[in-house]
Amino acid sequence: MSEAIIPALPTQAPRRRLGHAGFWLAATAAAAILILALRGMGSEYAYFAATFVLQYVVLATAWNILGGYAGYVNFGAAAFFAAGAYTTVAVSKAFGLSLLPCIGIAALVGGALGLGTGILTLRLRGAYFAIATLCLSVVLQTFIVNWSYVGGSRGAYILRPRDVPLGFDSYGGYLCAVVVVLAAAAIAIARSIEVSRLGLGLAALRDDEAAAEAAGVPTLRLKLIATSISGAMMAVAGAPLPYLGSYIEPASAFGLSYAVNAIAMPLIGGTASWAGPLIGAVLLASLQQAATVTISSAANLLIVGVVLVVFVCVAPHGIIGLFRRRR
Amino acid sequence: MDPDLALLLNGVVSGLLLGGLYAAAAAGLSISFGMLDVVNIAHPAFMVLGALIVALLWGATGLDPLLLSILLAPAFWALGAGLYVIYHHFFERRGDEAIQGLAFFFGVMFIVEVGLVLAVGPEQHFVDAAYAATTWRLGEIDVPLRMLVPAVVALAAIGALALFLRHSFTGRAIAAVAQDRDALRLLAIDPIRIKRLAFGISLAFAGLAGGALVVVQPVDAWSGHVFIGRVFAIVIMGGLSSLGGCVLAALAFGVVENVTASFFGPSWSPAVAFGCLLLVLAIRPQGLFGRMA
Repeated sequence: MSEAIIPALPTQAPRRRLGHAGFWLAATAAAAILILALRGMGSEYAYFAATFVLQYVVLATAWNILGGYAGYVNFGAAAFFAAGAYTTVAVSKAFGLSLLPCIGIAALVGGALGLGTGILTLRLRGAYFAIATLCLSVVLQTFIVNWSYVGGSRGAYILRPRDVPLGFDSYGGYLCAVVVVLAAAAIAIARSIEVSRLGLGLAALRDDEAAAEAAGVPTLRLKLIATSISGAMMAVAGAPLPYLGSYIEPASAFGLSYAVNAIAMPLIGGTASWAGPLIGAVLLASLQQAATVTISSAANLLIVGVVLVVFVCVAPHGIIGLFRRRR
Repeated sequence: MDPDLALLLNGVVSGLLLGGLYAAAAAGLSISFGMLDVVNIAHPAFMVLGALIVALLWGATGLDPLLLSILLAPAFWALGAGLYVIYHHFFERRGDEAIQGLAFFFGVMFIVEVGLVLAVGPEQHFVDAAYAATTWRLGEIDVPLRMLVPAVVALAAIGALALFLRHSFTGRAIAAVAQDRDALRLLAIDPIRIKRLAFGISLAFAGLAGGALVVVQPVDAWSGHVFIGRVFAIVIMGGLSSLGGCVLAALAFGVVENVTASFFGPSWSPAVAFGCLLLVLAIRPQGLFGRMA
């Protein structure tokens, strides 16, 4: 997938840090344990809630590659997310493919979309880039609304296949396992980028783009790589969505709640490292899931808003920043 | 007259009227985003707040909605000044307003919108102004007063704002803070006070635009979303800090949107308008009417 883009460079042996292979192994182990634990619980709601939370882990991690590492705020996360979801709808309708190939194609579509956005908005910095991505979201939504093959504004139904692959007890369990793997892969990719030369370059252009350019950092290429990887991963996050609810329609797939969550989660966790989006996504998505079940679904957006505002005011470096300072 | 031509003329005229409304919405943002560099993404949410308060007050008192929105302006000014104090204290002073500040306003937007849903409910609210049912017919062209009156009031308010910015001392200080805030200190003017004042004006315009909006169309708590892209698009196309450019861009935007809607159906109009903005950003980032930076 997209990790092939990362230049395989010898790590310059930082202090007591896991190597790439070690981290990937650890992520695999964590994913396996999580799948087994959820299997142990075995309830459909546990699968649903875990899938809900983990899709946000993928989305937030993907957003953070561009937003946190490179400092480019993408308000169009919902556009990439929905692009992934609608890729699943279109591909499974046209070719009858199952979920896994759809996820692969969604990654390609999202990557291409990211690359296109990058090329179109290269000259824009800061707020302009943010607004351009917001526009992209509106344009894309208009196309989907007018594209009757994928249901237009009526939405589209996707039926879960009756036979469950790989000996899982239900399709919900299978879907959940797939999303667990995606989340682990997303985190491992983010970590690899962070400690590689690509991550250093992105950090340089985040701190001072002109200075980085002057120092010989290929800012243009790095930005394109970052937008492509981030876009591909956001689309991957959205690809399982049609199967999660069996129904999808433009207004909810492009809903601002995805955009606000994709931004809020990394900011609450801390944008500087891979752990930030993970912590933020798990906290905020669980909170929302709990609020949806116990209070109301209108209240959960209010919670996101309040938590986001409080955190950016009081803890500008996120939860991770709080712990770093105390140490 | 050729029916296509009549349709086109009608589309252009009502587009211009719609553009008047957009101008009101964008003028406030042109101050905060264009002049003060405060990326207030919650601006349309405050507009909707204004619209719903006007609708509620209209239901209670029966006064003219546009009059009500003008009466509300001081309250919105105070709200804006308060918001700026918070923003300045937490972000501008620390110097990390870029991402954190954006996220702050994004969160504020959600709080306003969900707060409105919880307070007044998710349904649409509307007002019936005394002139709403009247339509002037000029030959083949319809001019509904429901659109004309808000547009005229909005443009008059923008005109007054432009006069204030150009001719009063405080107004010129606001224009100056956009260019060089340190120079302002040398003149013994407190840039923070000026920015607070200007941000208040910006939100007062949001409230006014809300009053105009609710005369034109029914409003619910989420109506602001479609306006986020629009108003930012207009302000950028207008060249950020130029009020005149902002008005021209708003009129152009309204016409493009409306003509597209009348010929290809309303569901296509956002794509065309935002496609224009993407092109402007890609080709001429300083805006159609902006100066070279």
